[in-house]
Amino acid sequence: METKQYDLIIIGGGSAGLAAAIAAADHGVEKILILEKEDEAGGILLQCIHNGFGLHRFKEELTGPEYAARFASEAEKRSGIEIKVRSMVLKITAEKEVHYSSEAEGYCVVQGKAIVCATGCSERTRGAIKIPGDRPTGVMTAGLAQRYLNIDGYFVGKKVFILGSGDIGLIMARRMTLEGSKVLGVAELMPYSNGLTRNIVQCLNDFDIPLYLSHTVKKIIGKERLEKIVLAQVDEKFQFIPGTDQEFEVDTLLLSVGLIPSNPLLTEIGVQIHPKTSGPLVDENMQTSIPGIFSCGNSLHVHDLVDFVSMEGETAGIAAAQFIQGTLATSEDVIRTEPGPGVGYLLPASLHCGKDADGKENDFVLKFRVQKPFQNVSLVVKQNGQILKKVKKAFLIPAEMENLTIRQADLLEKNGILSVEVSNE
Amino acid sequence: MSEKKELICIVCPRGCHLTVDENMNVTGNFCKRGEVYGKNEVTNPTRTITSTVKIAGGTIPRLPVKTSQPIPKGRIFDVMAEIDRLTVQAPVEMNAVLLPNVLGTGADILATREIAAANS
Repeated sequence: METKQYDLIIIGGGSAGLAAAIAAADHGVEKILILEKEDEAGGILLQCIHNGFGLHRFKEELTGPEYAARFASEAEKRSGIEIKVRSMVLKITAEKEVHYSSEAEGYCVVQGKAIVCATGCSERTRGAIKIPGDRPTGVMTAGLAQRYLNIDGYFVGKKVFILGSGDIGLIMARRMTLEGSKVLGVAELMPYSNGLTRNIVQCLNDFDIPLYLSHTVKKIIGKERLEKIVLAQVDEKFQFIPGTDQEFEVDTLLLSVGLIPSNPLLTEIGVQIHPKTSGPLVDENMQTSIPGIFSCGNSLHVHDLVDFVSMEGETAGIAAAQFIQGTLATSEDVIRTEPGPGVGYLLPASLHCGKDADGKENDFVLKFRVQKPFQNVSLVVKQNGQILKKVKKAFLIPAEMENLTIRQADLLEKNGILSVEVSNE
Repeated sequence: MSEKKELICIVCPRGCHLTVDENMNVTGNFCKRGEVYGKNEVTNPTRTITSTVKIAGGTIPRLPVKTSQPIPKGRIFDVMAEIDRLTVQAPVEMNAVLLPNVLGTGADILATREIAAANS
């Protein structure tokens, strides 16, 4: 069988993949293939039926399906973009071969000139946090419950407790309350919430759902269906504080305890992985350690706002177009980035001074999360220890990804170490 | 209103900590929208409701919906009961009005995606 040739192959038809495809098409790439494992393109947004998406991008509040539809219809308008659904990618190679299987076509191999990996992230499970106790039904991740309820139309549970204050957990607290479930509480191991502030307000405070900070589930009890959980408070070393046990009679425990970028395709071929994010190490073009293979969206690092996923997808799509056309500037000079005090991780991992698609000096968008909440501080960007930029911030929380743009003109030189830190000054 | 209220603004992800005093002066807001939100939230709090309704003959069994505009916070569960009563027939277009002026709130219940008819 002849291997079908494409210019660009995009793995994943969610918000990152769709944005990458549209941007690549608009920058002259003619044959683009998106491989999507689900029944349709749109990704996780399709089950996020709540509103609040697109405030940055469209200056209005859209629901997840509405946001996805805007990108899907833009992709549809471009004749160069072909979307294959129900197509699961099994393997890619450094030579840009993509192996996938689909109900319609069986096992297929296609060849691209560049690949964008936009494979999203997955939820941490009970196994990842090792909650002791029985193994009854009724314990599941918040995102799975969201799918059951919003797409498949199942009523997930009557009395619910939620472990983890990640955004999906908060959204599900409200969603299940609206559907008639009683949500008894949300517990968070950390002394602060891991969700966006507006979700705490709209999803918990609006419905008087208590948030138990510095608490976690100590034990799961239930023969077949979950019967109860034991909640306990933890100290600053995350050890249970004796005498703080509380029992909650619930039939459902939702877990919203973190998301991990999914990159089995990239790790398989030896792409270098970031130790903090579990996504690949990329440069300012979202290019991984293998030239011509790009990464964006939640498989690069977990985002809280889809608007930034789309932007990142566009960056990857434009860079992939330049790579295919042989205009992607590669420079010997490399600036390495590293998180300074107070910053958890910093992307991109490396920066090259070059030209953007319009021939202008490229800017660098630095993305990072702080390690804990801060008030009235400054974010300081340094190169080789010298201050390049200082931005005052009234509030910083780990739940919100921060962005800072550095222009080439701001830099001292085209080498060295660039860092971002939180400063009290 | 007789006393000062502390609120967290939810107009955008910034989450400004607002204070609304006895004379309806809003402080702590980063932008103008925060002031509007603060005043509204103490006088007439509203929320946009999103949910799903049953859809027959479609490619998927649930159709996501929303209120076309925010409704009074106190009417959330009444509006949810109306949404729960709806069943629609595929195909449905994006933004189709499924229930106009729900409970006289002025808000319509709108489809937030398109669902095609299933090929039987």
